[in-house]
Amino acid sequence: MSEKKATRAAYGEALVALGAENEKIVVLDADLSCSTMTRGFADAYPDRFFNCGIAEANMVTIASGLSSTGLIPFCSTFAVFASRCYEQIRNGVCYPKMNVKFAFTHAGITVGEDGATHQAIEDIAIMRALPGMTILCPCDAAETALAVRAAAEIDGPVYLRLARLATPTVSEGTPFVVGKANTLREGKDVALITCGLMVEACLGAAEILKSQGIEAAVVNMHTIKPLDEAIVRELAGKMPLITVEEHSIIGGLGDAVAAVVAEHGGRLHKIGLNDCFGQSGKPADLLDFYGLTPEKIALSVREKL
Amino acid sequence: MDLLALKRQCTEIRRDIITMLEKSGSGHPGGSLSSVEIMAALYGYKMNIDPQNPTMPERDRFVLSKGHAAPGLYATLANNGFFPKSEYDGLRQIGRMLQGHPDRKKCPGVEASTGSLGHGVSVAVGMALGLRQQGGSQQVYTLLGDGECQEGMVWEAFMAAAHYHLDNLTVLIDWNGLQIDGRNDDVMSLGDFPGKLRAFGFDLIQVQDGNDLEQIISALDAPHAPGKPKCILCHTLKGKGVSFMEGQAGWHGKAPNAEQAAQALKELEVLE
Repeated sequence: MSEKKATRAAYGEALVALGAENEKIVVLDADLSCSTMTRGFADAYPDRFFNCGIAEANMVTIASGLSSTGLIPFCSTFAVFASRCYEQIRNGVCYPKMNVKFAFTHAGITVGEDGATHQAIEDIAIMRALPGMTILCPCDAAETALAVRAAAEIDGPVYLRLARLATPTVSEGTPFVVGKANTLREGKDVALITCGLMVEACLGAAEILKSQGIEAAVVNMHTIKPLDEAIVRELAGKMPLITVEEHSIIGGLGDAVAAVVAEHGGRLHKIGLNDCFGQSGKPADLLDFYGLTPEKIALSVREKL
Repeated sequence: MDLLALKRQCTEIRRDIITMLEKSGSGHPGGSLSSVEIMAALYGYKMNIDPQNPTMPERDRFVLSKGHAAPGLYATLANNGFFPKSEYDGLRQIGRMLQGHPDRKKCPGVEASTGSLGHGVSVAVGMALGLRQQGGSQQVYTLLGDGECQEGMVWEAFMAAAHYHLDNLTVLIDWNGLQIDGRNDDVMSLGDFPGKLRAFGFDLIQVQDGNDLEQIISALDAPHAPGKPKCILCHTLKGKGVSFMEGQAGWHGKAPNAEQAAQALKELEVLE
């Protein structure tokens, strides 16, 4: 494991690299460029950076107009504001199938001290409901660099879910193919299907479970939509599935997997925020409180099996 | 197109709006009729367009932010040759290009999918930014309703237009004073509307009769103040041209029946 880096930081760096290669890349922010890390792009390519001020709805719709002229806009703000400009994302971008990327940072409870108003726990749910939206949730900095590149290559709207917290690299050496999950650890007793920062937590949980005689597979479902249904069906035929997400268990990764299990059979349990908001606190304390540490995940898995 | 021909076309567009709406049985006549001269002047006089090549890169752009005036836009596009009038009978019908609100994926000449009020002006700001960023000299026009300006996002877009010094953007406002529930002033007053627009950084031109082609054209031809977006605030009459629809909020979103349509068409005799 290398030094820790937040996926938002990797996003900022990936944008700068992409901007050098492709002059069609433009970036929009809503007065959060130092937090979403688009500042690096703004400094490198000031004529391709548009600060829209604290006006997220206008920002994503301006991005729609920019894309109509052939540019590839990346919009950034906090993930919690996805719901604030949701109707604009729906009618202004997804319905006309505009080529706009939403790289929203500070997703989940690991935002920490800012508390529930700033912790997106339903963003995957609302984005999944939009026809044509691709949803990527990279697990670490290395995967984020690949995800940003993949997003730019997709002709259409993409939601990129990024985190504030610095975390270690866990995806080293794995490819990034949109819609194709990566199995990071093989196992025969239970499969942990997860995404984002919970990938690291699940790898930790699998280690704990191993010491207790349970062989847990860990699957990095970095693409929530389109979902890798094949791997879900395959695993569901062999062992119980447990989804783990830093998101509400309503409408997120768990429900995406549940839809496949409901149709094709299998056993599934969902771990995540159980129909509740987050709160202020240190990220580590919040993860513990909401049962999303390796220890708590391992405990839940044992209870459910 | 010369002025007389354009005036004739305005009457033709009005007739087409009525015909289309009577056939479809639903839609928005009031705000379509009030904005006929604005769209006719843009497409028939002002904008650089090629109906045979609707995605020509160097074309000027028009975004109908008040997307419910779709019948007016469709009739304008058809009269300018973007698609045949035989499409009219498909207005609001399944599988057809003339959706209830404009759809850029389906209808040639439609630059943005609008209908959700407040969106189009932001899209137009993005277009103006994007075209300028790539060194283009195209002009971007957008048409808003007055009621639409109650949407907060409209003012976010206005702020951005001024902040980015978009002198390739012209915002036109169809100020007919009426919206679905009644008068603007009763529903949610726009207050000192011209003063607000000036305060938001527009080079403001008021058109006393927004249903007078010459006045619209003169405002469109007025040079852009450098570094400022232009706003043309057009005083119009909702339902213009059809006596029983004029000034009636009730005709915002109601189609005429056969009898009413016949009466309207009788009033809209084409100029000789």
